Amino acid sequence: MSATLRSTEITEMEPLEKGPLVYRQSAWTRLTHWLWAISLLFLLLSGLQIFNARPQLYIGLESGFTYDNTILRIGAVDSPEGPRGFTEIFGKRFDTTGIFGWSGPPGQERQRAFPSWLTVPSYYDLGTGRVIHFFFAWLLSITLLVWLVASLLNGHFRRDLAPGASDLRKLPRDFADHLRLRFHHTRDYNVLQKFAYAGVLFILLPLMILTGLTMSPSMNSVLPFLPDLFGGRQTARTIHFAVMLLLVAFFFVHMAMILAAGPFNELRSIITGWYRTDPPGPTAPNAERGS
Amino acid sequence: MAKIMLNRRKFLTAASLGASGIALTGCDVFDSQLRIGAPLRSFLENANDLTLHAQRLLAGRDALAQEFTEADIRQPMRPNGVTAPDDEFYKGLMAKDFADWRLEVSGLVEKPLSLTREQIFAMPSRTQITRHDCVEGWSCIAKWTGAPLALVLDQAVVKPEARYVVFHCLDTIDRSLSGEIKYYGSIDLVDARHPQTILAYGLNGKPLPVENGAPLRVRVERQLGYKMPKYIHKIELVSSFSSIGGGRGGYWEDYGYDWYGGI
Repeated sequence: MSATLRSTEITEMEPLEKGPLVYRQSAWTRLTHWLWAISLLFLLLSGLQIFNARPQLYIGLESGFTYDNTILRIGAVDSPEGPRGFTEIFGKRFDTTGIFGWSGPPGQERQRAFPSWLTVPSYYDLGTGRVIHFFFAWLLSITLLVWLVASLLNGHFRRDLAPGASDLRKLPRDFADHLRLRFHHTRDYNVLQKFAYAGVLFILLPLMILTGLTMSPSMNSVLPFLPDLFGGRQTARTIHFAVMLLLVAFFFVHMAMILAAGPFNELRSIITGWYRTDPPGPTAPNAERGS
Repeated sequence: MAKIMLNRRKFLTAASLGASGIALTGCDVFDSQLRIGAPLRSFLENANDLTLHAQRLLAGRDALAQEFTEADIRQPMRPNGVTAPDDEFYKGLMAKDFADWRLEVSGLVEKPLSLTREQIFAMPSRTQITRHDCVEGWSCIAKWTGAPLALVLDQAVVKPEARYVVFHCLDTIDRSLSGEIKYYGSIDLVDARHPQTILAYGLNGKPLPVENGAPLRVRVERQLGYKMPKYIHKIELVSSFSSIGGGRGGYWEDYGYDWYGGI
């Protein structure tokens, strides 16, 4: 903990020991980052709105009505103390009154899977949720495609994201540093950062787009192997939901890391591109790659 | 430099506070901008046209929806929407096993038609085991039998200026100040002439039950369930749907659903 404080002090408070400002994030990276951030926020809120229309997830080609292939269900039941919200995962039922299943301002509670502060619009409106969802799905996909081409051409992928052999060697130490909240401020991403960003951009987001397309009946006629690949349309819908949870988890870790590493410096670099690095010294890692 | 940094720092702080403010106050901040007709809403709706054109480009006219096997039919077809029309006219037709029912084909056609059930049964039929996807998110696999809509359109000879097929239904879905609203919906001629688009009268090897749309419903297999009206009694060819219902092409569309339901 003291290490963190010291490094923050060095970065932000003691001008004599400041390292150089480096241009870390290209305009491409910054623009695409914010387009994804906005898109993912609205995709989440509209996605939960859409989920509320059928707050139940299944495994298989279809939804079981006379047989049970449900793995998650959010709903409400009557009880002696009034309606209660519940969340049922793999047959295990949890009381989630107030958040999932039954929620609302005091006196105006109602049955809804996700609460109104997690959906857009705030009221139940499947049609509008879909309008928003598909708009931002297009924005996200186009941005991802442009970014993929640009980062392959301008070397961003090779230089900054693809983990190399030296990264794998540094992995144990980087892992230990993260556990101790000891952050090195360098131009390059650290190993865990590379894995996290590459995992989101090359695995989670493409998986999200593909499972989303699998739910489209029209796309099924073009790419019939997609539903087969994911184990049926309803399984694809379940995967789409699970990947959403992973993306939300990524977001929280991302925020925690920014707060721990120095939010001012981190925000500056993703808005202006400029990043204050640690002062050069024998302990600075990646010194061989100074930019 | 120090001054600039300070301003920048203030800006960053304000920006992040503003962003978290959106998250904390809930999502009602956009509600008024999302009603039908609001400029933001209308802008976002353009994505539906993009989806239509992109999917048409990829799928073309004739790419077939997935078909399944008998073994994949594991349950009765899930009925949805209106499942027992309370309309006197419908109940009268039903009492006589739809002997007096007719399918009218009108609008922009050279030869308006009035077809009996027997005439539709006598047409070449198509049977397909497909997955019904509801806009809400659930799916159900069933076997549908019916006459290709393309054959009915050919018989009526569609005029060149026609662009859409509007289905008028017998079931009351809603009541307004001006009276009962019967379900209605529309598809374009590409989907109307798709090989799997049938006027279905059979379900899982039996006559189509009332709850699933007897005597006739349409199957549009590359779109979602709300695009497949039940209890059809009239097919109208039009060049625009501005005069149909609220002008957005269907009952649910008038409540804000996208007209193109292929996704």
